[in-house]
Amino acid sequence: MAEYKWPPMDKRRLMGKRIARLDGPMKSSGRAKYPSDMNRSDLLFGALLTSPHAHAKVKSIDLAAAKAIEGVTAIRVISGPGTEIQWAGTEVCAVSAVTEEIARDAVKAIKVDYEVLPHLVKEENLAKVGARAKAAGEQVTGDPDKAFTDAEAKTSGDYGIPVITHCCLEPHGSVVAWGADKIDFWPSTQAVSTVGGDLAKMLELPATQVHVDCQYMGGGFGAKFPADRWGAEAARLSKESGGRPVKMFLDRATELTIAGVRPSHFAKIKVAGKKDGTITGWQSESWATGGIGGGGMAPLPYVFTNIPNRRMNHTQVSLNTGPARAWRAPNHPQASFLTCSAITDFADTIGMDPLEVFLKNVAVSARPETYTKQLTKAAELIDWKKKYTHGLKKTGTLRRGLGIGIATWGGAGHASKCKLTIHPDGTVEVEIGSQDIGTATRTCITQVAAETLGLPMSAVKVKLGDNSYPPSGPSGGSTTIGGVSSSTRKAAVNALEKLFEKVAPSLGVAPDQLEADDSRVLAKGNPSKAMSWKQACQKIGPTPISEMGENEPRTAAREGLNTQGASGIQMAEVEVDIETGVVRIVEVVAVQDCGLVVNPKTAESQVAGAMIMSVCSALMEERITDQTTGRVLNADMEFYKLAGLPDVGKLTVHMDITPEHDARGIIGLGEPCAIGGIAAIANAAANALGVRVPMVPLTPERVLAALANRRNA
Amino acid sequence: MSSSKEKSKDQQPKSAFSRRSWLQGAGVSGSVLTTGLLAEDAQAQTVANVMSGEVEITLDINGKKRSVKVEPRVTLLDALRNRLDMTGAKRVCDRGTCGACTVIVGGKVMYGCSVLAVDVVGKPIQTIEGLAPEGQLHPISKAFVNHDAQQCGYCTPGFIMATKGFLDRNPNPTAEQIDKGLSGNLCRCGTYMGMKAAVLEAAKEIKNG
Amino acid sequence: MDNFEYANPTTVKEALSLLTDGAEVLAGGTDLLSLLKDEVHKPKRLVNIKNIKTLGGISKSGNNIRIGATVTLDELASNQLIRAAYPSLVQAALGITSPQIRNMGTVAGDLCQRPRCWYFRSGNGLMNKSLVENGENKYHAIFGSGAAHFVSASSLGPALMALGATVKIAAADGKSKDVPVAQFFRTPNAEGEREIALAANEIVTDILVPAPATKNATYEVRQKQALDWPLATASVALRMSGAKVTSASITLGHVGPTPVRATDAEKMLVGQTITVDSAEKAGAAAVAGAKPLSQNAYKVQLAKVAVKRALLTAAGVKAV
Repeated sequence: MAEYKWPPMDKRRLMGKRIARLDGPMKSSGRAKYPSDMNRSDLLFGALLTSPHAHAKVKSIDLAAAKAIEGVTAIRVISGPGTEIQWAGTEVCAVSAVTEEIARDAVKAIKVDYEVLPHLVKEENLAKVGARAKAAGEQVTGDPDKAFTDAEAKTSGDYGIPVITHCCLEPHGSVVAWGADKIDFWPSTQAVSTVGGDLAKMLELPATQVHVDCQYMGGGFGAKFPADRWGAEAARLSKESGGRPVKMFLDRATELTIAGVRPSHFAKIKVAGKKDGTITGWQSESWATGGIGGGGMAPLPYVFTNIPNRRMNHTQVSLNTGPARAWRAPNHPQASFLTCSAITDFADTIGMDPLEVFLKNVAVSARPETYTKQLTKAAELIDWKKKYTHGLKKTGTLRRGLGIGIATWGGAGHASKCKLTIHPDGTVEVEIGSQDIGTATRTCITQVAAETLGLPMSAVKVKLGDNSYPPSGPSGGSTTIGGVSSSTRKAAVNALEKLFEKVAPSLGVAPDQLEADDSRVLAKGNPSKAMSWKQACQKIGPTPISEMGENEPRTAAREGLNTQGASGIQMAEVEVDIETGVVRIVEVVAVQDCGLVVNPKTAESQVAGAMIMSVCSALMEERITDQTTGRVLNADMEFYKLAGLPDVGKLTVHMDITPEHDARGIIGLGEPCAIGGIAAIANAAANALGVRVPMVPLTPERVLAALANRRNA
Repeated sequence: MSSSKEKSKDQQPKSAFSRRSWLQGAGVSGSVLTTGLLAEDAQAQTVANVMSGEVEITLDINGKKRSVKVEPRVTLLDALRNRLDMTGAKRVCDRGTCGACTVIVGGKVMYGCSVLAVDVVGKPIQTIEGLAPEGQLHPISKAFVNHDAQQCGYCTPGFIMATKGFLDRNPNPTAEQIDKGLSGNLCRCGTYMGMKAAVLEAAKEIKNG
Repeated sequence: MDNFEYANPTTVKEALSLLTDGAEVLAGGTDLLSLLKDEVHKPKRLVNIKNIKTLGGISKSGNNIRIGATVTLDELASNQLIRAAYPSLVQAALGITSPQIRNMGTVAGDLCQRPRCWYFRSGNGLMNKSLVENGENKYHAIFGSGAAHFVSASSLGPALMALGATVKIAAADGKSKDVPVAQFFRTPNAEGEREIALAANEIVTDILVPAPATKNATYEVRQKQALDWPLATASVALRMSGAKVTSASITLGHVGPTPVRATDAEKMLVGQTITVDSAEKAGAAAVAGAKPLSQNAYKVQLAKVAVKRALLTAAGVKAV
């Protein structure tokens, strides 16, 4: 039985080292070809006609004028007469043409008659949603009524976090060519091994007929798993245009209207506890929307799951808005924001430092020791003890405050298969049906393979982004690095075993007494019995060694290459201009564990990036809908605000790399670090202001309104 | 794409506009420039220099003359991406906000999505493709790699061109100047920390030659 | 975007002759191209004025400084004459924090750009009173008039108005007219009317800025430090006698369909020194007539603070 476990921490040459991402030069030279950059010969351009109405029935569609436009190659009706449309931006027709301009002209020439139906696109005020509210049940643990009656201190607060979009910079879309015996599909995807089957299903074709190729993709964040209706329609347009490839990517407004959102979450939360900071009771009445399907309850209370007495009520609200898709750590940022806000308000009310109250109550979390260490470390990094003062003691126009956010995540590796081939000339290639969505997957796979084979990075060629390679899971749930690293490790160990069998006779050592290091194969403990990697591979014979490795989630934990359970603490310091309500980030600190870290350089980038996303969500990012027109008003990048370079302040990332975390194997990172930042920033603002701003993003109007409330109180 | 079929138009005037060579109407589309010079004297007095329909223009991109057929409504960005297979500049917001389409025109950073292709005839255009010869990396690109100032990488070419324009004017930047100098670009993955360090390093590298 | 003709004149006369029915002027294009893509404007022809040499340049012209219409925001903010005399203009130009926009956008384009009202931009008209009043109006006007709830998007307008600048316009008949900036901006009374006093067949050729008041400054409140629209702006120009104000000119931006002159605040400051207290009072007076909509009362506070901080900045007192 092969030994797969990771080499000891101090013996690793490549894993755990700060290695620059391998595809960096391609990206930073503009040479990387993303799906939206694919200009095949005879390329056609696709465009969509979308519904201007949030709720309507299609009565009739007149294509005559569009068909008459020279250069139009095909028109398809997606939502035919009789179709009930449930959100603005729904795809109604698709057109392909020889230029993008002509495709858009044709879209404009299509006449659609709608029967407009009543819609609802706003949920902030639950009293106004009427029949769109659906009770999602009550959960009770312990005796919350008694806990609140007996409590030494009680607080009650209203909190809200709105719908936001993914706003992937490369919009959703693909290039598709319907060939005689196969469909070539270049989607911008985070699911290379599954998206082809998804497309085939929509087209009612065998899965074997779709070839997927995605070497680079411009951001997904959870929104780019399916082939999507526009992908299938692009394929059909290609078919109807004699197989010419069709490029169809959403325009920005459509991207922000229909290509996925993170559900909102609102809650009235009551906390009961003792004056020493111990929380004894929790009651929440929450509501959320993720579009027409409503929105489930975030995991409340978050992290502090074992508060002894709890009552949670939730209401789903169905809106005529673009549907939710997984958004980096689904439901966790909302849960963290709601919970950490309520706990901070409890601390403020009893006059305790929130850091002490968090420390006191991690006892009711699943990982008290880790959180205690991380809280302590983060507090040290942001200099909490020196800087913290109660919000009611602040003076001056520019007021600073500190806040805490907490995170938990699973992050076990997904199912992944990997094929590693050692050629007789000594070259090595890894084939894996995974994808690099900006998370440095390529780089990490190369590190693992090269580490295992005792070779430099440059000796290993990693091929991914193609569904003809062995299947690997979609990049979602922070499962990729754990999955692909484990399958790569196993494939490499398996291949190495075969190589050792071939080499052993020449060195006069048993195969299991060989090891690979420093581009050599050598006898363990006897480096004089060695040959170079190249010489060793000459013993392979004419047929390359090619071995598989598999990560199987059910058995992975037992094997220990990857596990789950990442914890993180983020703390923020903000400065609020109390005259303008403008909140500026001074610093955000993240302390994050994720088990064994394959590449600290790119891991830190993940964390820093997630902190910046949290800055956006905490300060400026929200989808704004209009109840009268039913449309998204800020489906652009001007009023759908994202932070720029000067808006993010100082970011301090502390990867919690320790032997004990390392021993747990690889755990996903992308999501856990995207959870606590919003709570930390919102709490820091509350501390600076001496009053809670109930809803994020913390725009000037909300901050000034909260200050006015404080003065009136 | 027809990009492979493009011919060099070096014989064309450097600035088509200054020679007033546009003709009126779509009837001459595709051959405006070749007939324009000959027709100029006869036409210039009476025919306004108006173009419509598809015409062939010559753009000066990365020091090379590139001929491309466009309608007046085609943006420089779409001409580059859809007609010249120069896809380094990306179309993201398409409304002059995010900077993913940043190119340098006449030595100044601009949004390729917010300028018409016909509007930059005769002006030197620099794109990411022209920053370094094939197989080599410009010091800015190199610094972006070193500091991991990219994740998905879709905003990266725009940021690198914005950095180029910025460092050309501010060879010794402070951190605050970098923040301000790159305020016309947005990244969604959140790579600003790496960028700040990368721009400082690139400035040093460029100075040291 | 519909197709259009493209004309490229080299003289104002030629440009005027090309500005026939359905034609529009193209300068920097940063706003116009978005309007075309959103199909809010559908011109039959664009007349590019960037190759008209006489429309460029910044120069001294008697007591005035003449700024050519096609001078870019970057040229404006970098110009030594401007930097020496009109910090309020430099601050306003640099408030557009995108170098790309500053390199492309022109001074006249800044004055002529259309409002960013999201109802207007999505094809619901500029004067859609009920949509704005019943809808999402947090970025809208607190100094409205009739159905005009949009805000002027101009960054330079408030500063130029406070400085008493004049817009020079070449009219269709070839004659030139001078329009004070205060009258160049106008509040439309009905849908289809423009928010500037410029006919479709006219061209802004120059901006004339009079000899500077002793002290001037612009203060913008923006949420983001990266490219973002101001929520409220104040631009002030003060004439001083020693430490005392002899005359003040205060204009608010992004709070009304035009830049808004704060005459009460101006009067109040005459004879005063600029202190935190007097600046605060002037701020309060400047917004006394504000009539906020359902979601934008906060902009009253922002405008008030902007006035205070612009005054303090102009007077060289630390504003925050």
